This record gives sequence, structure tokens and C-alpha cells, in this order.
Amino acid sequence: MSTVDVREAVTRAHHQEWARVVAALARRFGDLDIAEEATAEAFATAVEHWPAGGVPPNPGGWLTTTATRKAIDRIRRESKRDDKHKEARMAYHDDPPEPVGAVDDDRLRLVFTCCHPALAMEARVALTLRMVAGLTMPEIARAFLVAESAMGQRITRAKAKIKAARIPYRVPSEQDLPARVSGVLAVLFLVFNEGYLATGPDTDPVRHDLTAEAIRLTRLIRALLPQDGEAAGLLALMLLTEARRTARVSVSGELVSLAEQDRGAWDTALIAEGHRLVRERLAAGAAPGRYQILAAINAVHTSARDVRDTDWSQVVALYDQLVRLDPSPIVALNRAIAVAEIDGPEVALAAVDRLDDSLSAYHAYQATRADLLCRSGRSQESRAAYDKAIELAGNTAETAYLTRRRDQLG
Amino acid sequence: MQYLVSVIFDQPGLATPEEDAAIDVFNARLVAEGHWVFAGGLGAPDTATVIDNRGGEPMFTDGPYVESKEFLAGFWIIEAADLDVALKLAAEGSKACNRKTEVRPFL
Repeated sequence: MSTVDVREAVTRAHHQEWARVVAALARRFGDLDIAEEATAEAFATAVEHWPAGGVPPNPGGWLTTTATRKAIDRIRRESKRDDKHKEARMAYHDDPPEPVGAVDDDRLRLVFTCCHPALAMEARVALTLRMVAGLTMPEIARAFLVAESAMGQRITRAKAKIKAARIPYRVPSEQDLPARVSGVLAVLFLVFNEGYLATGPDTDPVRHDLTAEAIRLTRLIRALLPQDGEAAGLLALMLLTEARRTARVSVSGELVSLAEQDRGAWDTALIAEGHRLVRERLAAGAAPGRYQILAAINAVHTSARDVRDTDWSQVVALYDQLVRLDPSPIVALNRAIAVAEIDGPEVALAAVDRLDDSLSAYHAYQATRADLLCRSGRSQESRAAYDKAIELAGNTAETAYLTRRRDQLG
Repeated sequence: MQYLVSVIFDQPGLATPEEDAAIDVFNARLVAEGHWVFAGGLGAPDTATVIDNRGGEPMFTDGPYVESKEFLAGFWIIEAADLDVALKLAAEGSKACNRKTEVRPFL
């Protein structure tokens, strides 16, 4: 087997098996730290042994066995050093088996533990990327522009809290499930959004590594919770957004607005899959949550071959539905953008200006105002709004786009 | 596993009769379901005295060890299988006493 083949086999195993191995060990040993370390060691062993010994017929089984051995070694080492520690761990071990929740899968337990509401949001994101997605500490630190040591501390602190406060390793009860699932989806959506419009000026404007990871994790959640409409909705939303990724930044590194994108460059396979999910949710007939509505809005956009074919009244109707669920100013802002296409920029501008109190420091608010002012023929005010938007935007491609728009003003 | 559920408050004055009644109902439930260990309300922060006897001669200082707007008004010590159970109980406790609560595990 060639080196390339082995490397590919390791990468594939990493994608497919990392979470499974961590999750199985976390359950067996009741300790995330041990599970993470032993899994990482097992993968390091695979990198070392597979080139000479060949890829085992069942890589997942091989990795779990190897990781389990590593974990037992570590516990033995530690228990020699510290008998009390061992006792504590054994006590946790001998707990009666937990009642099986609505869905029984070790990986799901792992996700719910990493996204527990008692952890800070940034810790949930970091833990999920480390434990479930298998990203390394430097990768996570880079993704969020945090020093590696700070990211390491964040994860260590979160693991320590899980252990000391005894955050359970369990799928929540049926009654708590909807709220907890929505917490998990919020973490995944955050990862996706950071990838899709990186907030900092020091990274690529679109981070495919993060969007791909978010989609992979959401696929997993969707597979584990096939009945959950919002999991399907979030996956559809991500796919329909990701489908436009390559058309979204120009060769010169400028953000390309939805209206100006080369629709021929959109990924038709992702769009087809996204549309299928949206249709599936419509057929289910259950009241949609916010991700399902956002997915439906994106389905309308991606159904139009040309921006002029967009069914704007359908978009506005969907935003109306969304406003009822989530009356936040950001939803109102996005609704106004669609309204401009039907009722004209002046009507939209009136709606946008009402949001000034809450959104004046938000780059997309200033950029929307700038565009609507420009279309209303108020170029002086438009320029001032573009200036504000440029000041507030962190993303390099967005700054480039806004600068060009401003400089084109008459 | 035991948890300390601290009651955090930022106003002078004691619990109202309605709050007291709700706390009694909650306490009875804690006892009935085997979560009860101990609970109590505390006097106002300005009734506190700080003692430092690390130097051989005990030093007494009037007032709480840390001055802040929010203070510990009382607490429960509960027995709970894990943090999920403790958080649920602390949420009900918060509702009963009409104040914020904080959960911390005992070592």
C-alpha cells in the first residue's frame, strides 16, 4: 500500500471514527480527558504502524481497541501514583447504567455533554470541535484567532467543570430534548457562520474548513435524530448556503452579493440535497422552527436561475413567519431587504431606520442602509453609511466590496 | 453527590410571606424526594464579621469579606445524582424564593 493510500486511510478513519472512539471511551471510563488523550494516541499509533503493517480490515475496531488499551495503561499508571484517584474513578464506573434516553448512541451523549448549557458558549464550541470533530488544539485556536495556550486552557477548564460538577454523559430526557437539541444546533450554526463570514481580518474571508466541519457534524446530528425537524432544517440551510460559497468571493477577493453572483458556479448537488430536505420538512406538515424557515428562504433563492426570477413575495411571506417566531431586529433587517425588491427602497428604508437603536453598530445594518440610500438617490447619506459599514466590518472580502460600492457613488 | 445552591440577592429586606410559603413547599418536596441535606436563610451582609487567625492572634473585622451589590442571602445543600438534576432543582428553588441561585459542586 502506498504512503498516499495509508495517509488517506488515516484521514478517512479520522473523519469517520474519531467521535465514535472518543464517545465509546468516555462512556467506558467516565472521563473525557482520558477518552480524548487515548484516542489521540491511538491515531498516532495508526500513523506509525499502518504504513508497514497495512490498514486493518476494521479500522474503527482497531482504533477503539488500541485507544482502550492506552486508556487502561494511563489509569494503571495514575492509580499507582494515586490510589484515591483510582477509587473515585471506580465509583463512577460502578454507577448503575443510566436510563436510556430518547435515542441511544454514544456519539450523541458526547455531543450533548460538549454542548451542555452549564458551559460557556465559547467552551461548547471549542469542546465540540475537539471531542466530536477531532480538530487539534492549534486548528481550533487558529479558527477563532485565539492563542493556542488560551484555547488549551478553555478546553481544560471545560473538561474540569464537566468532571467536578458532574455534567452527565447522557442523552437528555424526552422532555428536555427539544431545548437541548436547539442548544447543540446553535453551536453548529455558530461554527458554520464563522466559517462562512469569518469575523476577523487575519483569516481567509471564507473558511471552508469550518463550514465543512459544521456540515459534517450537522449531518451526524441529523442521522442520530432523524425525526428532528430543526436538525434537518439547519442541515438544509447550511447546504444551500455552502452551495454558493465559490461564487461568493471574486477572484480579486471581494465579496459578491447574492444578486451579482454567477449562479452557474453554484453547487447543484448541494442545492438538490438542500431542496430535498426542505421538501421533506414541508411534507412532514409540522410547524417549522427558525432553521427550517431560513432553509426555505434559501431554497427560494437557489431556485431562481436569475436573480430577476426570485419569488420575492414568497421570501417576504417566509420572513413574516420568521418574525412571529423570532422578533429580533436582525430578522426585521433581512425582511426589509426582501421588501425593497417588492415595494421599493424607500419603503424598506423606513423599516430599516426604525432598527437604528439596536443595530447601529452592526456592519450589515449600515451596509443595508447604504445600499437602500444609494438606490433612493441619496448618495451623500449613502456614502456616510458605507463609511460606517467599512469601519465596522472585519471580514476582508466584505470590506473590499463595501469600499468599491462606496467609491462608485456619484 | 452534593451541591451548594446559593441564593443571590441585591436588595435589603427578607422574604415576603408569599415567598416563604413557596420555599416551604419546595423544601417539603426536597425532603420527600430525598434531595434535602440542609438549608437556611442568612442575616444581611452588614451583620457579618471576618476572622483571620492565621497569624496566632485572631483578628476580627466588621463587615463582609467582600463588598458587592449582590450577596449571599441563603443557601440549600442538596443531594443530586448529577448537574442536570441539580440545575433543575436550583431552577425551581430560584422560582420559589424569587431570587437568583448559583450551583456549585462539593468536592
